[in-house]
Amino acid sequence: MKTQSVKQEFDAAPWAGRVRKYDIVKEATIAFVIVSMLVVLLSLIFSSPDDKQLTFRGWAQTNPTDFYATTVKELAGTSESAGYGPPYNTASSGLNIGPLWLQKWAGVTHPVDVPNDLVVTPLSLSVLSANETSALDTWKSASADQQTMWATTYDTAITDANGDYTVVPAGDYGPVPVLANALTNIAAKGSLDSLLLAGGNFYSTDNTKQILFFGDGAYLSDAATAANLQGNTWGMMNETGRYPGQAWLWLYSIWYQVPPFTNEASAPVGSNADAYVMFVVLGLTAGLMFTPLIPGLRSIPRIIPLHRKIWKSYYAEENIKRRK
Amino acid sequence: MITETQTPEDSKMWTARLRNSWQRNLPIDKLLPDTQPAYVASWIYVFGVLTLVAFVDILISGLILAFAGPAWYHTSSLGLFVNSLHFWGVQLFFVFMVVHLWGKFWMAAWRGRRTATWITGMVAFLASIGTAFTGYLIQTNFDAQWIAFEAKDGFNAVGVGAFFTPTNIGQIMLIHVALLPLVLGVITVMHVLMVRKRGVVPPIDALPGNEAL
Repeated sequence: MKTQSVKQEFDAAPWAGRVRKYDIVKEATIAFVIVSMLVVLLSLIFSSPDDKQLTFRGWAQTNPTDFYATTVKELAGTSESAGYGPPYNTASSGLNIGPLWLQKWAGVTHPVDVPNDLVVTPLSLSVLSANETSALDTWKSASADQQTMWATTYDTAITDANGDYTVVPAGDYGPVPVLANALTNIAAKGSLDSLLLAGGNFYSTDNTKQILFFGDGAYLSDAATAANLQGNTWGMMNETGRYPGQAWLWLYSIWYQVPPFTNEASAPVGSNADAYVMFVVLGLTAGLMFTPLIPGLRSIPRIIPLHRKIWKSYYAEENIKRRK
Repeated sequence: MITETQTPEDSKMWTARLRNSWQRNLPIDKLLPDTQPAYVASWIYVFGVLTLVAFVDILISGLILAFAGPAWYHTSSLGLFVNSLHFWGVQLFFVFMVVHLWGKFWMAAWRGRRTATWITGMVAFLASIGTAFTGYLIQTNFDAQWIAFEAKDGFNAVGVGAFFTPTNIGQIMLIHVALLPLVLGVITVMHVLMVRKRGVVPPIDALPGNEAL
């Protein structure tokens, strides 16, 4: 015990042994010049990634079928966003870890009324044909049950037709086909991006509705797959092009490569993977942060003697042997 | 110490106490030493200062990008170059910081009442990850769209998404440009001052009794 105390005091006390000249300002200046030159050199040689942003116009023009089908899902309430839960709506309770329902407890702080915010309001703010205006009026004046019946019937029919609305048999779909077609045309002309962002207002800096709508279709996901950005291919730390990405997120990304986190069907971990991974990473980070206070963990540097390499010359000069 | 112009009561003033505490713990020769212990003789010691200068590089390029706006680099070749300076500054910053972190781990650099130094270093590391992450979110390109879409699920899953919204570029912009650099700057200053106060940790085995680890 006394030896420990002596050692602690020795480690904490100002160094009274041999010293050497060390020009800290000169070192920092030289380091700044060298690092700056390296940054300039890397920038000149490799530039930086900047794949163009996706737009609703691009989606509706290059894959109108998918955009159309996604619009129908938004109206039917069968899209991922419509069933998401907090913080957007109360359609589900969200993820949990045992008794911890943090997503639910945090509440709906960013309410998004999916059919209205993503489809009906943009249509209401647009110049429509007489037929489209009539369809919109029909939709608005119908009961919620009627709206759901029309949209879900049409959504099921499109799904049965493998997503191709052009080959769907006739049915009681109400105004839904006209509304979906109208929004597809608006998107193809490039108006939907700003309609979703500002919603008729002047200022807005919140892209939540756009991102949610994008995520409900295949356009964004397909682009991410093509760029190798999906979570199960280390996508959280990858980025477009041949650039290093956020390599420092490896400890977070790694859990999305291994079971049970990779199996969404497996309960409770796989089906709540996003929540479990957060907690795992939080625990590991806390472990590293509080290493000095954790017996055993804090002894690793003494047990694995890499320090003998770091202070090799000092140990040799002072003839200090490793203590077991 | 009380000078001729001071009364004894002056030493009880908050200002005088702060000054005296500063002078006692961090005199200028500790703050800007021109010698180091003989054992400070490895390349591993360079990575702390390399991290600091990379941070300065990032702040400079970031300041230019902040004035020009987040979409500037999409249409200007000069903007793309400055964005590249920012990008590669961040990449080097993390390489230096991670080497510094693991170097300090294997030195058990928390010994000798340096626990707070280690913890502030870790907090700086986490703040850096947050700053880089928010930087990726405000690129206003495809990468940013995809990261926002994916990241929202992680934050929402643990309730954080109710307050921190990766899909809200206005919020993320302010956090990236104002809040996190300030937090990182303050923590870094605290970390460096702690290092200067305690000095560089002596080698393991330098004295008998290293069971204290």
